[in-house]
Amino acid sequence: MIDLIGELLSYSFIRRALVVGMLVALCSALLGVSLVLKRYSMIGDGLSHVGFGALSVATAMNLAPLKVSIPIVVGAAFLLLRISENSKIKGDAAIALISSSSIAIGVIITSLTTGMNADVYNFLFGSILAMSKGDVILSIALSIVVFLLFVFFYNKIFAVTFDESFARATGIKAGIYNMLIALLTAVTIVVGMRIMGALLISSLIIFPALSSMRIVRNFRGVILTSAVISTICFFWGMAASYAFDTPAGASIVAVNLVVFIACCIIGLLPRKERE
Amino acid sequence: MPQISVRNVSISYERKPIISEVSFDVEKGDYLCIVGENGSGKTTLMKGLLGLIPINSGRISFGEGVKANHIGYLPQQNPAQKDFPASVFEVVISGCLNQIGLRPFYSHREKRKAVENLIQLGIIGLKNKPFKSLSAGQQQRVLLARALCAAEKVLILDEPVSGLDPIITVELYEIIRKLNQEGTTVMMISHDVNAAVENANKILHLSRNSLFFGMTGDYLNSEMGRLFFLGGGKND
Repeated sequence: MIDLIGELLSYSFIRRALVVGMLVALCSALLGVSLVLKRYSMIGDGLSHVGFGALSVATAMNLAPLKVSIPIVVGAAFLLLRISENSKIKGDAAIALISSSSIAIGVIITSLTTGMNADVYNFLFGSILAMSKGDVILSIALSIVVFLLFVFFYNKIFAVTFDESFARATGIKAGIYNMLIALLTAVTIVVGMRIMGALLISSLIIFPALSSMRIVRNFRGVILTSAVISTICFFWGMAASYAFDTPAGASIVAVNLVVFIACCIIGLLPRKERE
Repeated sequence: MPQISVRNVSISYERKPIISEVSFDVEKGDYLCIVGENGSGKTTLMKGLLGLIPINSGRISFGEGVKANHIGYLPQQNPAQKDFPASVFEVVISGCLNQIGLRPFYSHREKRKAVENLIQLGIIGLKNKPFKSLSAGQQQRVLLARALCAAEKVLILDEPVSGLDPIITVELYEIIRKLNQEGTTVMMISHDVNAAVENANKILHLSRNSLFFGMTGDYLNSEMGRLFFLGGGKND
């Protein structure tokens, strides 16, 4: 086991992917709790598809992928938030429309320019080789900013997640904090989707939150457990991917699935033993 | 000067007028019950008062040290909270959020306030329990403690006893009456006309085409009150 870890860490591209990935896993776990509880999980999923479209456009136009996709996905995040808050439009249907349209535009642009090649595969399912040194530094910086903002606004995020109308009634600007959550989610998704892939990144948001909610019943505990589960799953997913020569993103999701099932089983055990 | 003064307020929702030209005053120490049939706009009026929805015309003003956004609010029970992972203390202290400004974390002062309100409502023993594991009556007390953290001067309660069993209902009314006697102004939306006339000193009766606002005794003698009261308010 220790040999495996040593071997893993001897490759610089794996080290880079581990650092960025574990930071993204941490951020997505923190945000995921709020998104899942606010019934916004689908926004995470929708944003990753928009991210795919944006990456395709960036590649076709030979632009830096992160710098193009971050503003597009942030814009989409605000749009999806508006749609979800507006009861007149059916939020889930609108998200599905935006998701599939983004994928379609991405695929059309790619096939017209570079052709359907390994890039598309990497966008969809992720690649640990995808990031340049510049991307790595930007990703690390963005993850740290997301993390710090989350910690700084933790109590406000709790309040708008638990009871938005009470927060509004007592003078908390809930709209701003909803936008903050959407913004942080958008940045996390763009940074994470290079490694995890557009189709798999939303699992980083949803799985750790659901797993920790099975076993912990206070908010701070859920947030902390979720962060720990997410970073550990990311690490062991990468290790498994190296050991069994399986795709990294898919292996990480598989490890998360195993942990989720384990948490469900623990959650079914009688309460007394755990409190 | 009244604590809350509502003058000719009209609110519509998706261009349909829900309430029109409503006026009433709430003085310090009042216990006002807002009654009326389903769809008469009770909750809409309350949301307008709390600034959750815009009012189309008229004026709402606050006095006697009460500020907009500094009103304790007990919302109708929200099904999404039934499964929310939060401890009782986390929920109660979130009521103090409007007092910490830009500070990211709660200080000793807010923590003490949360504990004091838990003690006052007799639920200090539940402090570290998960909110979702509590009974409906205990959850209402927790949310009431949170409302008290947000503001002690005025409480607005939206159907606080709906879904509670009769014994717990009596207990909760008792708590609210005690808070009122200690100086908190109470505004309560209620389906329960009997309890309303028993506890409140003022009644606001909203109806689609008429309105009563006045002292409870006068309400009982008014035609509107007699009709609604004798009918038992069987609308829920």
